[in-house]
Amino acid sequence: MDGPLFELTRATVRYAPGAAPSLDGASFAVSPGECVALVGPNGAGKTTALRALLGLARLESGTASVEGRPAGAWPRHELARAVGVVVQREEPVFPATVEEAVAMGRYPHLGRWRAFAAADREAVARAMEAADVAALRGRWVGTLSGGEWQRVRVARALAQEPRALVLDEPTASLDLRHEMELLELVATLVRERRLAAIIVSHHLNLAARFADGLVLLHRGRVAAAGPPESVLEAGRREGVFGWPVAVHRLPDGAVQLYPERRGAAPGGSS
Amino acid sequence: MRPVRAGRFAAGLGALLVLALAAGVLAGPAFLRPGEVLGALLGRGDPAAIAIVWSLRLPRAALGLLVGGVLAVSGASLQVLVRNPLADPYLLGLSGGAGLGAVLAIAAGVASPWALPAAAFCGALLAMAAVYRLAVVAGGALDGRVLVLAGVVVGSFAGALVGGILSVTEAQGARSAMLWLMGGLGGAGWVAVAALAAYSLPALAVLFAEARGLDLLALGEEPAQHLGADVARTKRRVYVAASLLAAAAVAAAGIVGFVGLVVPHAVRMMRGHDHRGLLPAAFAAGGALLVLADAAARTAFAPVELPVGVVTALIGVPVFAFLLRRWTARSSS
Repeated sequence: MDGPLFELTRATVRYAPGAAPSLDGASFAVSPGECVALVGPNGAGKTTALRALLGLARLESGTASVEGRPAGAWPRHELARAVGVVVQREEPVFPATVEEAVAMGRYPHLGRWRAFAAADREAVARAMEAADVAALRGRWVGTLSGGEWQRVRVARALAQEPRALVLDEPTASLDLRHEMELLELVATLVRERRLAAIIVSHHLNLAARFADGLVLLHRGRVAAAGPPESVLEAGRREGVFGWPVAVHRLPDGAVQLYPERRGAAPGGSS
Repeated sequence: MRPVRAGRFAAGLGALLVLALAAGVLAGPAFLRPGEVLGALLGRGDPAAIAIVWSLRLPRAALGLLVGGVLAVSGASLQVLVRNPLADPYLLGLSGGAGLGAVLAIAAGVASPWALPAAAFCGALLAMAAVYRLAVVAGGALDGRVLVLAGVVVGSFAGALVGGILSVTEAQGARSAMLWLMGGLGGAGWVAVAALAAYSLPALAVLFAEARGLDLLALGEEPAQHLGADVARTKRRVYVAASLLAAAAVAAAGIVGFVGLVVPHAVRMMRGHDHRGLLPAAFAAGGALLVLADAAARTAFAPVELPVGVVTALIGVPVFAFLLRRWTARSSS
C-alpha cells in the first residue's frame, strides 16, 4: 500500500456552531511502519484529531482519510478490519474471560452470521501470543491488573488483524514497568508488521522515546510535527507547554523534556 | 472456564422444557390422568378430554411458552441497551406503558387480539422515551441506577392511570381487566397464540440478527464502534424490537414481571454472555419458567387461580433483591 495510512489535511472540527474550533486546520500523516505520537496539553485537540481520523467527528472543512478513502465513508466493520483501536476507558457490563474478550476482535471479520472458523481461532491465539496474554486466557478480565487489561485490549486489536493501531492514552494508569512493557510491545509490532500506529499521550518524554515522529497540537493547530527532537525544541521555543522547559539528550540519543523549577537558572545544561 | 458446558446446558434446558410442557398439559381443575392426556394429545379417547387438552391446556401452555420466552429475550436485550444488568421490561416501565396503551384501546372499544399489541406497543415506546428523558435529566449522562428508578416511577404512573381509567369505565369489565393486568394466561386460545407469534417473531428475528451487536454494545459504545458495530443503528433496533416484545407479551397476558430479569441472569451465569447463544437459551428458559409458574398458579389454590404475575413476582423480587445487593456492592467498590 503506497501513501500514508492516516492523513489529516487542513481539518477543522467545531463541536457547536459559533464555538471555538476543537481542531483548526490541522494537517499530518502517518505511514505504514511508522509510529506517531499525538502530544499536546489538555484540550489541544488530540482526541478530536483521533475522532476525525476514525470517522467519528464531522469536519467543517478539510479532509480526514484512511488509506486514501474519507474516514467518514468507511462502513464501521470495514474500518474495524483496517484499524484496531484501544480506547482510554472501557467498562464492560458483563464479565468475560481473556480469551472471550480477545475473540471479539474477530467480529469485524465474522459479520452477523459466520461462525468462528479455525482461521479465526488461530488469529485469536496469535494475538494473545503477541501481546503476551496467552497464559491469562481463562482469567476473568475483572481480575486483571491494569497492565494486563491493557495488553488484553491490545491483543483484541491485533485479533482484528489490522493494518493500523490507535492507542488513546494507553499508559495513563500504568506503573513504570507496565508502561514500558506496553510501549515496547507496540514498537515491536510497528517494526515487525509494518503497522501504522498513532499513540495519543500527554507523557511527552515517553512519546519522544518511542515514537518515530511527534505531532504537537496546541489549541487545535499543529504547532510542530517531525522528529521528536525538533518538535520538543519548537514546543519549548513557542511556549506550548505553558511552563519553562529544557530539552536534554539522553546517552542513547533520545531527547527528553525537563520542566524547570521556578527561580532556577534558565536554559539547558547539557 | 464456564460453570456449565454448552452441550450439557442445552440438554438440561431441553429437559426443563419437556417438564414444563408436561406440567402445563397435566395441571388443571379437571383431573385427567397422564394416560388420558397423552391419548387426548394423539386425538384418542374421551372427546371431553380431547377438548380440554386441545382447546384449553395446550394453547395455554403455548401462550405461556411464548410470553415467558419473549419477556426473557426482551429483558436480556434491554440489559445491554441500558447498560444495567438489572433491567427488565417491567422494571423499566415498558410493561406498565404497554398496559396503559392496551387499556386505553379497550376503553375505546378496541379489543381484538390483533389490535391490542399495536396499542400496547405505542404505550411501551412512549414509556421508554419518558424513562430515558427522566434518567438523562437526573444524571446528565445515562446512569443505570437512575434509569431503573425512572422506570419504576413511569411504571407506577402508568399503573395509576390504568387504575383511574378502569374505575371510571363500566364496572363489569373492570374486574376482568384488573385480573388480566395482574398477569394471567386465563384468556389463552389459539388466536391469542397466533397474534403473539405474529407480533413477536419479527422482533425476535431482529434481536437475533443483532446478537453480535449486543455483545459489542455491552463493552461500551466507543469500543463497540471500533470493533465494527453501527452503534446508533443497533441501539435503535434493540429499542424498538425489545419494546415490541414487551408490548406483545402484555397484550397477550397482562403484566408479568421479573421473568425478563431472573431468566437472562440465570442463563448468563450458566452459559456466558454471548448473545447468539444467550438469546435462544433465554427464550427457552423463560418459556419453561412461565409455563411452570402458570401450572403452579393453577394448582396452588385450586379451584381458584392465582394470576401468574403474582407467582413470578413472588419468585422474582427475592432474586432481584439478591442481585441488587451484589451489583451495588460491586459497582461501589
